[in-house]
Amino acid sequence: MSASGAIALSQLSQISGEANVLHDPSRLGAYQIDSKLPAAAVRPGSNEEVADIVKFAAREKLALVVSGARTKLAMGMPPRQYDLALDMTRMSRIVAYDPQDLTLCVESGTPLQRIAHALAEHGQFLPLAVPFAAWATVGGTIASGVDSPLRHSYGTARDFVLGMQFVTGDGVAAKSGGRVVKNVSGYDIHKMMIGSLGTLGAITRINFRTFPLPHTTSTYVALFRTARGACEFRNALAQSALRPRTVEILGGRGAAVAESSTRAGIPFDTDKWPLVVSFAGEENVLERVRREMETLAAGRGDLLSLTELDSDAEKSAMNFVSEFPAAILERFPAAAIFKISALPTELSELANQIASIETPWALMMRGLGVAYLGLLPSSTSESSLLALKQECARILSLGGKPPWRNVTLPWCPAALKREIDVWGARPASLDLMKKLKAVFDPAGILSPGRFTGGI
Amino acid sequence: MNSHLIRDLEKILDPRGVLHAPEDLMLYEYDGSVETARPDCVVFPRTTNEVVEIVRLAVRHEVPIVGRGTGTGLSGGAIARHGGMIVSFARMNRILAIDAENQRATVQPGVVNSDLTAAVEHLGLHFAPDPSSQKACTIGGNVSENSGGPHTLAYGVTTNHVLALEIVLPSGESMRLGSEAIDAPGYDVTGLFVGSEGTFGLVTEITVKLTRNPEAVKTLLAIFDSVDDATESVADITARGITPAACEMLDGWTIRAVEDYVHAGFPLDCAAILLIEVDGLRESTESDARSIADVCSAHHSREVRVARDARERDLLWKGRKNAFGAAGRLSPSYYTQDGVIPRTKLPQTLRRIEEIGKKYNLRIGNVFHAGDGNLHPIILFDQRNEQEFRDTVRAGDEILEFCIAMGGSITGEHGVGMEKDRLMPLLFTEADLALMRMVRAVFNRADLLNPGKIFPASKGCGEIYVRPRPATAAPSA
Repeated sequence: MSASGAIALSQLSQISGEANVLHDPSRLGAYQIDSKLPAAAVRPGSNEEVADIVKFAAREKLALVVSGARTKLAMGMPPRQYDLALDMTRMSRIVAYDPQDLTLCVESGTPLQRIAHALAEHGQFLPLAVPFAAWATVGGTIASGVDSPLRHSYGTARDFVLGMQFVTGDGVAAKSGGRVVKNVSGYDIHKMMIGSLGTLGAITRINFRTFPLPHTTSTYVALFRTARGACEFRNALAQSALRPRTVEILGGRGAAVAESSTRAGIPFDTDKWPLVVSFAGEENVLERVRREMETLAAGRGDLLSLTELDSDAEKSAMNFVSEFPAAILERFPAAAIFKISALPTELSELANQIASIETPWALMMRGLGVAYLGLLPSSTSESSLLALKQECARILSLGGKPPWRNVTLPWCPAALKREIDVWGARPASLDLMKKLKAVFDPAGILSPGRFTGGI
Repeated sequence: MNSHLIRDLEKILDPRGVLHAPEDLMLYEYDGSVETARPDCVVFPRTTNEVVEIVRLAVRHEVPIVGRGTGTGLSGGAIARHGGMIVSFARMNRILAIDAENQRATVQPGVVNSDLTAAVEHLGLHFAPDPSSQKACTIGGNVSENSGGPHTLAYGVTTNHVLALEIVLPSGESMRLGSEAIDAPGYDVTGLFVGSEGTFGLVTEITVKLTRNPEAVKTLLAIFDSVDDATESVADITARGITPAACEMLDGWTIRAVEDYVHAGFPLDCAAILLIEVDGLRESTESDARSIADVCSAHHSREVRVARDARERDLLWKGRKNAFGAAGRLSPSYYTQDGVIPRTKLPQTLRRIEEIGKKYNLRIGNVFHAGDGNLHPIILFDQRNEQEFRDTVRAGDEILEFCIAMGGSITGEHGVGMEKDRLMPLLFTEADLALMRMVRAVFNRADLLNPGKIFPASKGCGEIYVRPRPATAAPSA
């Protein structure tokens, strides 16, 4: 570490205490992003400390990346500069929870699991069935904008985050929204924080609306010979009186990975197209669902089987559709995973076009019109990496043309990012986004370069 | 106003597309709130290109620009506080596309809220945000104010249903935010824009989600002899994990006012009623309705009625949605609040509102979205009595201060506008407001779009414009 670096360390120690400033390279490995290491990591214990650290970093032009449990640091582009990791895991308190009001305020470093336990005691939950849920913090989940199969019925974070506190890039603590379930006072800045990958501010507290846990649930796997058959069934479900909790279609190796990941005897036949659909309600509702599902399935030539899962298999299946990107990366660390959004009725055509990809692939399509496509290179050899890069560039270039309406590449080997912009096509309002970024982070120190358009 | 500007506007729009005679402008000096200000001209563009041209022209002349739908807003959002040009979207009222299978529609901002639902009803769909003014208010206005309504308890407010926008900025640029498909990459600028109360830009096109109609709907009317029993029932319903589609409360005074006007069948001698709706599959609505009836009985409800058919249901809702109109019949003026509190704080908040009414000797009726803690106290006053008028404003502020003290907010769905701007510092710090002002400047650097809204005027400026409203007032949320 340089002389100026030594000064930086002593300043950081003054703010958060020596024990909370890491600079030993052996311990900094945990904070690496696409092989880039920070010079130090600091673990603030309060909003004030976060503000002081960011203020200091802005003054010294130190680039910082906010992290929680570090499960999603591989998303996005590598930072242009990376001096400091701002580790939020010490800020892990449930600040307020009012079960009767169904509202919750938590510090951003709180693990999702801890929140789930606290809420379950009161028969409630947050509908964030996201990848890496066993380790992830709530702040990282919100800042990365990862989605959940439960969005089908509960929406995404933008629908149930009520407000936020955050520290902007000039070290100013600010907030937006509030703690009540309905509120239109002031601008909804917190909505913009969701999925901004730490480029606008360090989120310190988040207010949520919580939800009652469902009485009972039931889950079905309808196995189809073709993607088209599965998509038609999705459309039929959407037009029925039923209100599914989740709807996902698996394709390609998706079913195989599911099979090996869950080992629950679920009929996820490889190279078939399983549609996983779940419902919640009381017993009489689920009885009605059973009858309707049979009616909806009747006479579908493409349908191989319709199975209602037992509770263990249901748990495994739901876990899989929640963890899909994580499950793929676990088995194929060199996988490239795209996120594609299409209109729901375009999913069939999307699957059709994906079917012609030569690299082995795994697909999960959410019924609302979001697909995760994993390309699974057979080796990590240079030639296979080159082929992967070419295929990724080709797929990203499809972005904007239906059914490839929005295409990004949230996860891929770091080597690809030297030549590929994982954010794909630039948003039409990129100029506006850059101006907003400049308001929140005038010194450009927050995760520089990690977001779309070089933000 | 500069006559060159008027002439240039008439060149862009045609003479009928520009109003500037004082007698014409009078119609545009108010909205559904209690405040007024006269614009210098009103323009009626037909296309996005015309909007771009008139915005460029106005900016060149440094004239304030205020978007307007049908003027049903309740916080002065569509009033030209500092004069200038009102852009009425009355002629941009076409539904551009309906995609039933994907449950989407693209509309121009002047489309009336309930007209969209009417256009998709035969497809088994509806547009979920349902402010009480839905038969008059426009979707452009809903987007600007992030409007709610009774059924937002289960279905969310406007922002939860907006996928994409076409906007025109003061720079004269028009651009698209969001996308027809979900999860447009980049910052959620759409989410930031919705509810910005016309201070960022003008909206010229909106893509919304449509919601599938439920198979079954059950509407219950629970009658109580005590307000506390009613509010405690609401807390208990929420606590039991039932999320009704709507859960509305009317207090005794409001019930009598409504009944005299609408004849909805509300009992005249009770202290409060809850109007609760559950929807979904037949099976779930039946069991939810049973559980709700049990909760209400446990809290000493005198009676729980279930609407037998669509006609009875519509009548109950007519009673609810015309509550404000009914108030308008009984008093020369009234002032409606929009505070929000945590749902568990309903009993003490209603008691406090009653105390405030007594303190100032004012009649305050209560009709509100109990399920999400969004209150709408209606303070009746006579504008000819200056003291009463001042007391009304003071009582309103005291109610909102109490809401904030309870951990709530000053507005749940009406917007801050020019009515509650002075209260913003009670909710937000200097730093919060400074950041919001900087965000506004990204879109609207010269503060020409809807100036004088949301943010408190510079210190020491305690101006309050509360002016009379006609007794035949439009219904409110």
